[in-house]
Amino acid sequence: MNTKKEFKSPVGGAIVDPAKQSMMLAALYIAQEQNGYLTKEAVQQVAKRLGMTPGDVYSTASFYSLFRMKPVGRYVIQVCEGISCYLNDGAERVADYVSEKLGIKLGETTRDGMFTLETVQCLASCGTAPAMRVNDQLYENLSPAIIDDILERLMGEV
Amino acid sequence: MTNWEPVLLANVNRPNSEKIDTYLRYGGYEALRKALKMTPDQVTAEVKTSEIRGRGGAGFPAGVKWGFMPKDAPVKYLAINTDEGEPGTFKDRLIVERDPHSILEGVIIASYAIGAHRAFVYIRGEFFLGVKRWIKAISDAYQKGFLGKNILGSGFDLDVSVHRGAGAYICGEETAMLESLEGKRGVPRTKPPFPAQKGFWGKPTLVQNCETLANIPHIILRGGKWYSSIGTEKSKGMKIFCISGHVNSPGNFELPLGTPLKEIIYEHAGGVRKGRDIKAIIPGGSSTPFLTAEKINTPMGFETLQAAGSALGTGAIIVMDETTDMVEVVRRITRFYVHESCGYCFPCRIGGQRMLSSLERLAGGKGSKQDIEDLEYVAKGIYGRTFCPMGTGMAEPVLSGLRLFRPEFEMKTAKN
Repeated sequence: MNTKKEFKSPVGGAIVDPAKQSMMLAALYIAQEQNGYLTKEAVQQVAKRLGMTPGDVYSTASFYSLFRMKPVGRYVIQVCEGISCYLNDGAERVADYVSEKLGIKLGETTRDGMFTLETVQCLASCGTAPAMRVNDQLYENLSPAIIDDILERLMGEV
Repeated sequence: MTNWEPVLLANVNRPNSEKIDTYLRYGGYEALRKALKMTPDQVTAEVKTSEIRGRGGAGFPAGVKWGFMPKDAPVKYLAINTDEGEPGTFKDRLIVERDPHSILEGVIIASYAIGAHRAFVYIRGEFFLGVKRWIKAISDAYQKGFLGKNILGSGFDLDVSVHRGAGAYICGEETAMLESLEGKRGVPRTKPPFPAQKGFWGKPTLVQNCETLANIPHIILRGGKWYSSIGTEKSKGMKIFCISGHVNSPGNFELPLGTPLKEIIYEHAGGVRKGRDIKAIIPGGSSTPFLTAEKINTPMGFETLQAAGSALGTGAIIVMDETTDMVEVVRRITRFYVHESCGYCFPCRIGGQRMLSSLERLAGGKGSKQDIEDLEYVAKGIYGRTFCPMGTGMAEPVLSGLRLFRPEFEMKTAKN
């Protein structure tokens, strides 16, 4: 029996280098930066660089909620729906407020491609709830007035 | 109210607390200098004497864990768990953002004790500021000679790098975290072998929560005996308690283990909002069973909370007042665990979905008595029967919710 076979990737047949594979999440972050989501080409490029198949890369990427397979708006608003945000009049109340202001439902993007609205699991802001995130910025102790401010400022940045 | 001198949170409110100069000005890296003059075994012995138990939720004695690391293995690793994601918990984020050097000093001391020359920080992908602070802290430590080759002339070498997770709660489980570090799906591994035998890249690996590591410099400087003099019989040392929900002043409070729940809620967190009564308390993060107000005198320790029918977990207290809809609370917590299930084993994957369907019907007023029975049956079926502890963590809120607040569940079915 060919002992090399044991080290073969189940799909591609290429021998996977553990050091390269460990770069997977970092590589996917870089690939995602280009378009805000993972394009087919980006996945192929990551697979090529890591010596793996696109299937291997999709398998890993699809496990993690921060990797996206579909285009999103310029600003992704993620409202925390955790237990402490709920107890502090946040979660759905914040999501509904943003939803009404932007005229989009959860999971949708505004027509101008500016905003995508989502909910996320606990953001570790329970002591400063309610919380939401816009791209890499965290906003805490939210109130309607604070949300208005945030949205107006982002709209002004165009 | 006893005012304790903070140990872990002594730095966080100082201006520029995250900077290496601030850390050094207040005695930072003195513990490292002391540790490097000791033998690795002496360092481990000091940690054993302190009786510190892991702060990530499981509460395993840290010194014992270090002792499991094989002495003769040529390559060993340390993995630092900053994948804080348990709802209600926000202590690790605070230390990483405001005092990263306190963790890093613990990392270097722990690596020296176990003979690791490579350490990996695994941080939650959502912690953007935390990632920046970790990277800055590490690069500054390299410049000052606390990392790299021949640290402070001791002959000990250590390299540390930062790795971002990407939004998966399960990666807080130590073997799932190692899978993720290796660039794979974060599915937990079979134990044994434990990470101390076969961890990252198959080599012996010590996995430790960052709050645990932040305690290490203090244990080395002031001694294990000092540390074990604080706390209760089986819960030693200081602990950061995160308190949130219906309290007047939510936040992080550092207190000795064994501080009564009542003192934390009414004296430190300013009591319940609008002077209301408490209906339920989650004492250690959303996977720990609920307690009712009559257990409010319970000391916050591992053994004392267990005796009260719950667990210390991450030390994250969530207070719910008398107006809280407990069916909705259980539904919300269950939805979190269903969302975060890795899908590997069926009790968690399918059982979680079944529980959530029943809970959604009940919370929406469309449930029946059969839904309550199903819920209990499925939760008992998941409890203790999954590959990793997450299944049990998913069943706990449902089972304790039904045990303590069953009439509320039944009221929801009254119309049907």
